Amino acid sequence: MTGGVSAATAFAAARAEGRAALMGYLPAGFPDVAGGIEALRTMVDAGCDVIEIGLPYSDPVMDGPTIQAAAQQALDGGVRTKDVLRTVEAVAATGTPTLVMTYWNPIDRYGVSRFAADLANAGGAGLITPDLTPDADPSWSQAADEHGLDKVYLVAPSSTDERISMTTAASRGFVYAAAVMGVTGARATTSELAGPLVARTKAAIATQGTGLPVGVGIGVSNGDQAAEVAARDGIGADGVIVGSAFVRTLLDHPGDTGEGLRALGRLTEDLARGVRRAQ
Amino acid sequence: MTFDADERGWFGPPTTGFGGRYMPEALVAALDELTAAWLDAMADPSFVAEFEQILREYAGVPSPLYLAERLSDRVGARILLKREDLNHTGAHKIRNVLGQALLTRRMGKTRVIAETGAGQHGVASATAAAYFGLDCTVYMGSVDTKRQALNVARMNLLGAKVVAVDSGSATLKDAINEALRDWVATVDHTAYLFGTAAGPHPFPSMVREFCRGIGDEARAQCLEQYGALPDAVAACVGGGSNAIGLFTAFLDDADVEIFGFEAGGDGVETGRHAATIHAGDRGVLHGARTFVLQDEDGQTIESHSISAGLDYPGVGPQHAHLADAGRATYLPVTDAEAMDAMALLARTEGIIPAIESAHALAGALRLAEERQGQTILVNLSGRGDKDMGTALEYFGLGQADAETGDVE
Repeated sequence: MTGGVSAATAFAAARAEGRAALMGYLPAGFPDVAGGIEALRTMVDAGCDVIEIGLPYSDPVMDGPTIQAAAQQALDGGVRTKDVLRTVEAVAATGTPTLVMTYWNPIDRYGVSRFAADLANAGGAGLITPDLTPDADPSWSQAADEHGLDKVYLVAPSSTDERISMTTAASRGFVYAAAVMGVTGARATTSELAGPLVARTKAAIATQGTGLPVGVGIGVSNGDQAAEVAARDGIGADGVIVGSAFVRTLLDHPGDTGEGLRALGRLTEDLARGVRRAQ
Repeated sequence: MTFDADERGWFGPPTTGFGGRYMPEALVAALDELTAAWLDAMADPSFVAEFEQILREYAGVPSPLYLAERLSDRVGARILLKREDLNHTGAHKIRNVLGQALLTRRMGKTRVIAETGAGQHGVASATAAAYFGLDCTVYMGSVDTKRQALNVARMNLLGAKVVAVDSGSATLKDAINEALRDWVATVDHTAYLFGTAAGPHPFPSMVREFCRGIGDEARAQCLEQYGALPDAVAACVGGGSNAIGLFTAFLDDADVEIFGFEAGGDGVETGRHAATIHAGDRGVLHGARTFVLQDEDGQTIESHSISAGLDYPGVGPQHAHLADAGRATYLPVTDAEAMDAMALLARTEGIIPAIESAHALAGALRLAEERQGQTILVNLSGRGDKDMGTALEYFGLGQADAETGDVE
C-alpha cells in the first residue's frame, strides 16, 4: 500500500496556476475529534491546498502558547494516535494532500513501520518531523520509502549550507523552511531571515535538480502577509504554511462551533486570495 | 569494552543504543558549535587548569571522602561518603555549571539559561552567572517554585530572573521545554546550561566530563586512605549527573560493583514513581533516546518523587546504556526508605543529606545487609538545607516533642 496524494501534486497544481500553495495546520482532536475533522474540511473547502494535521504531544518544545493550548486541550479530551489517523482518513478523502506533523516519540512508540503502513492506509501523504532531522535516525526514511510517503524535514535560518543540502536531498513532497528563530506563533511582521533562507534552500535544490518545493512557516496570519511570503520578487515561497492563526481563530470562539467554522472559512479565503495576489 | 559515546553521541550502536540527537534543525548548528567548542576547550591545558583552579578556590573541591563510623558500626559494612554536600551551593551541581559557564565565556556568549527542578541547578547556574558576570534566566515549574520557595529567593538574590512555567505538568520536564523554547529564539548570544547528563549530544558527555571529578577524586581518595578500591559504589539517579560523575572513574574496575538508585516514590507498583530505568520503556525525550516514563501512545507520564531533584520522567542515555550492558544496576528506593535514611544519617553522623542523596544512602544500607564487612562508597551529592520544609511536614518536626520515626 502506498500513501495518498503527495504534497508535491498540490505544489505542481499551484505552480501551474502561477501561484503559491496554501498549507493549513490544526492539531487533531481540537476542539474534539469530530470538531477537528469538520474544521479541517472547512479549510479544504475554503481553499487550503495542503493540510497538516498535528499529533498532540505532551512535550511540544517547538510550539508557542497558541498551539500548546490547543494540543493540551486535545490531550485533555483524550485524543489518541489512532484518532489522528482517523482524522487523516476523513480529510484525505477530500483528495487534498494530508500530512501529519508530529514530534518523534509518539511515532517511535507506535512503531515506525506500523505507523507508516497505517498512515498510508488512511490515505495520508506523509510526515513533517519538527524534531527529527534526516541524520538523527534513518528508520523513518526507510519506512517512508517503503510506503511511498512524503518525508518533510525542516531547515532553519541557523542551518549551514551543508545541512540545507543534506536536508533537501533527504526530503520528499516539499521541504519546510521554518523561517523564524523561535517557536510557532502568529507574528505581526515577516522575518528578514526568511528571504535568505529560502534563497539558500532553493540554491541547494537547483544543484540537486529535483524541483523540490519550499514551504515557508513564518507566523503568517492574513492574506497580505501570505502575499508577501509568496511574492516572486520577495521571499518567493512555493507554499505558505499557516498554523497558529487557524488555531487562534478556533480558540477565540469557544463553545460557538458555527461561528468558529465561519471565521475559519473567512480566514482561509483571505489567505487563499493572498497566495493568488502574489503573482 | 567502551562505555563512551561515539562522535554523534550514541552510547551503544546508533539507533538501537541510547542518546543521539533528536532535536529541531534550528538548534543543530548550536549543538555542533557547542560540541566543537567543548572538545577544543578540553584539549586546551589552560582551560582545564582554569576550571580546576576555580573548582578548588571557589567551589571547595575536592570534597572529602569521609568514613561514617557510627553508621558503619550500625549497619555492619564500611560506609564511605563522598561529601559533595560540602561544595559551594551545597551540591555536586556547581561542578557542571562552572564548567559550562567557563565554556560560555570562552565562546563569547553573554547570557545563560537553565532549567531547574528542586532549584539546586538553578541556584548553581545563578551562582556561576554571577561569578562570570553573565545574564541568567532560570525556568522552573510553577509546582516547584511553590515547594522550593527558598531556592527561588536564592536565585533572585544572586541576580537571576526566575520564570515560573505553568505549561504541561508544571514541573522539571516542562521547565526544560520552556528553556528549549527560549534557546531556539536566542541561540546566537545565549548558552543553555543543561542541568543533568541527559538531553541531546553533547550534553550527556559534556556534563559527565564536568562532573567526573567526583569519581576521580573518590577513587584516588579511597586508594590513598584505605589502600583498596571499594566493593561497591552508589549514587542516586534522576537525570543522573552526580551518578555518572561518580561511576565514570570506576567503569573499568571490574571488581567494583556500580549501583544507581532511582526514586521509587510511593512504590513502583503504585505507578507513582520516577524509576525510569526500572520501568524499562524505551523512547525519546528531550533530544535523546533513553528510558522514558510514557503511556501507550508515547505521551510522557508525570513522575512522582518526594525529591524534586529526582522527579524526572527520563534519564541520561549513558545510564540507560550501562543498565542495558549490565555494567551498572539500577534499583528503586521509595520515598519512605529515603526519608528514613535521611533521619538515620542526621542522628548517627550529624549530617543532614539532601533527600536525593538520601536515596543513594538508603540503597547502600540495603546493599550493606548482603555485604557485611565490605566497603560501600556513597555519593552524598547534596545537603538537606533546602529540604527542611519537606522534612518538617513529613516527620511532623518543629514541635518540641517531635520524633523522627523509629530511629533510636
